[in-house]
Amino acid sequence: MSDLRYTKDHEWVRVDGDIATVGISDYAQEALGDVVFVEVPEAGAEVAQGGEAGVIESVKAASEIYAPVTGEVVEGNAALDGDPALVNTAPLGDGWIFKVKVSDAAQLDTLMSEAEYQTFVEGLD
Amino acid sequence: MDDHSQTLQTPLHALHLELGAQMGPFAGYDMPIRYPAGIMAEHTHCREAAALFDVSHMGQVVLSGEGVVEVLERLVPGDIAILKPGRQRYTLFTNEAGGVLDDLMVTRRTDDLYLVVNAACKDADITHLQANMPGGSVQVLEDRALLALQGPKAIEVIARFESRITEQKFMSAAALTLDGIDCWVSRSGYTGEDGVEISVPHDQAERLARLLLDQDEVAPAGLGARDSLRLEAGLCLYGTDLDETTTPVEAGLTWTIGKRRKIEKGFLGADVIMEQIFEGPPRLRVGIKPEGRAPARAHTVIVDHEENPVGEITSGGFGPTVGGPVAMGYVPPALAGDGTELGLLIRGKVHKARVVALPFVPKGWS
Repeated sequence: MSDLRYTKDHEWVRVDGDIATVGISDYAQEALGDVVFVEVPEAGAEVAQGGEAGVIESVKAASEIYAPVTGEVVEGNAALDGDPALVNTAPLGDGWIFKVKVSDAAQLDTLMSEAEYQTFVEGLD
Repeated sequence: MDDHSQTLQTPLHALHLELGAQMGPFAGYDMPIRYPAGIMAEHTHCREAAALFDVSHMGQVVLSGEGVVEVLERLVPGDIAILKPGRQRYTLFTNEAGGVLDDLMVTRRTDDLYLVVNAACKDADITHLQANMPGGSVQVLEDRALLALQGPKAIEVIARFESRITEQKFMSAAALTLDGIDCWVSRSGYTGEDGVEISVPHDQAERLARLLLDQDEVAPAGLGARDSLRLEAGLCLYGTDLDETTTPVEAGLTWTIGKRRKIEKGFLGADVIMEQIFEGPPRLRVGIKPEGRAPARAHTVIVDHEENPVGEITSGGFGPTVGGPVAMGYVPPALAGDGTELGLLIRGKVHKARVVALPFVPKGWS
């Protein structure tokens, strides 16, 4: 059983109280390849569901990170500054991107479960 | 996903899939972008051992006929006449305005000239050659693949099959037989490393590729690593760093223009190019090292210390050997000196950068 919820843009969310931790899926990190730079949102920044919240750069290209839910960013993952490859090696763990204070919990219901996301990803190949 | 049904395939297509490559469209071909090892590992393997690239999408053309050297010299500013048989040269097809139509390799052979041109330009190049060579023959080698084995161990690997490669100088070529396969082997490449480019008949290409991959030192590398390698080596990619609006002088490629050619001229765009050599060009291609870790991609705006736009990045990304972002772009000559501080406008913020001498990594050939 996984407590993760997913977006169609391949972000995941793990909720603890009213704080959601956001990262990108294993499928996404594999598709991106070696991550060399992550621009994480700063604490205090307001992000909107589906809006741009940061950027992930692989050797090859830059890709946007979209906010899975609306809210105020409480922390960006500072460890990615020195070690952006954490997104590749631990996408669901130490490679998290930012934490956001969820302003509308109902938005979480619009996200996919782990099983739904797996089905969604299989449909992409 | 993408519909690849319209795209062309090289003779190694099935092998790429077998090796687990992530494929992508490039110049009309379905090409390996990277293998499971990933761009970073493939790049590093090329700098440290030997990487095998499929570059069969590039055009291989043979020019023959009386006066073929003189005819080609009307289209390129390089000194082709001075080349002895077996010697190779990097040169450019120019246009009337002094712009660059393509960059290419020319090898003089006993009876003809062997050219390797860019995949995206090959149809236009062939039309251009045919239009300008009424008496000569322009033969496209449709039945030959091109493999590049690049890296400090590449020559050692080839020498296992044909020891004469060790005597062959960089930028020279010869007909060699590798395990019974008749090949045309140039000691050259576009990664900044020593190595070879091997022209091989289609029906032998996969056997040769497998033979090379079986060697301990060799690993496959895709177009992703090819791009980061040539960028670190300070080499131009046609279509991004070079195009019809850039002259050889602006691109820092004046060294490709032979001394005799500068005096005699007689190539397309010679007046514009010679004027820029004497008067100075309006802009210059330079190496740019961004501070920090954020890569500056192509089309990033370059600004001066007052944040006025002064140019654009043409190639930029992460250099695995450098361990940080690297880029090339065009700036006015006054801002082209090594160490000049510049700004790069990345996602609305100015990031500091400075002009550095190219290449970003020392060359691995001599």
